[in-house]
Amino acid sequence: MDTKILIDYTLHLADNALIIGHRNSEWCGHGPILEQDIAITNIALDMIGQARNFYQYAAQLTGNSATEDSLAYLRDEMDFKNNLLVEIPNGDWAQTVLRQFFFSTYQYFLYQQLQNSSDTQLAAIAEKSLKEVTYHLRWSSEWVIRLGDGTEESKHRMQNAINEIWSYTGELFIAASYELLAVSGGYGVDLSMIKMDWDKKVKAVFEEATLTLPEKIWMHSGGKEGRHTENLGFILAEMQFLQRAYPNSEW
Amino acid sequence: MSTDIKNEWPLWEVFIRSKQGLDHKHVGSLHAADAQMAIENARDVYTRRMEGVSIWVVESKYIHASNPSDAASLYDPANDKAYRHPTFYDLPDEVKHM
Repeated sequence: MDTKILIDYTLHLADNALIIGHRNSEWCGHGPILEQDIAITNIALDMIGQARNFYQYAAQLTGNSATEDSLAYLRDEMDFKNNLLVEIPNGDWAQTVLRQFFFSTYQYFLYQQLQNSSDTQLAAIAEKSLKEVTYHLRWSSEWVIRLGDGTEESKHRMQNAINEIWSYTGELFIAASYELLAVSGGYGVDLSMIKMDWDKKVKAVFEEATLTLPEKIWMHSGGKEGRHTENLGFILAEMQFLQRAYPNSEW
Repeated sequence: MSTDIKNEWPLWEVFIRSKQGLDHKHVGSLHAADAQMAIENARDVYTRRMEGVSIWVVESKYIHASNPSDAASLYDPANDKAYRHPTFYDLPDEVKHM
């Protein structure tokens, strides 16, 4: 088995969790109301926890004195394999909960399958993470419904959010080369298997939220292969600065 | 954000039962738009550190409490009524756990 493919696959899973965890953490102290400030930062912590699990495994596989920290803080933009969706700016609350809803629905069905991975470590991480992702999905679905089927303003903001980020959802199901190899290797998830579940869930929630599903449009891609939007550069600059300026510093 | 009282979400009282506990204890309050959100907010705010495994939420307006200034007439009379306590009965040995 090609370890490099397994490492790439694991890093892709880790980077997704880290970047959306970072994005959610940007709400800390700025939440619309106290209880939601705590909710979104809890979700950020959950994501960073998932990222740690995947990075620790990737570091172990990489060897060569790699650590979870060196992988998270010392890789450059083009080495990150996260989906473009997670690096999109928070925007307003509507955009943040919508991004979370799209991503959590994806993670929910992805982890359900990943539990059956032939790689026991990936399967274990998926099984553990599935519980918190179940909550993230419930929380974000309800916010999409409340804002969609809410006031005129909330519906307007939700519709704007859909227009803003829908074109980044396609990439979730466009397999990168290492993902295809991971599937044939027996440890990766076949994205075509979960796309239908994702479509069904999104359709159901949008219906209850009285929101319109967008037309079929061109979808952005490239994040999984290291071709990112300009957003990632700014995220990494903020996130990695401390470790790069003061190497090996600790709390 | 407007602090006009009628724009604020209703206040809810939160009760949590711990894993080993038998009763739900009052742990605090929070704002939420409805019961479903109140339970999720309670889960996020009051069970982060494994404080409990069961949540009750009640809108604060539905909790009716006794008036502290009535304490004397409500509770003092019970102080000197020993005959209400089951201490004068001799339990037979056969009744082990009373």
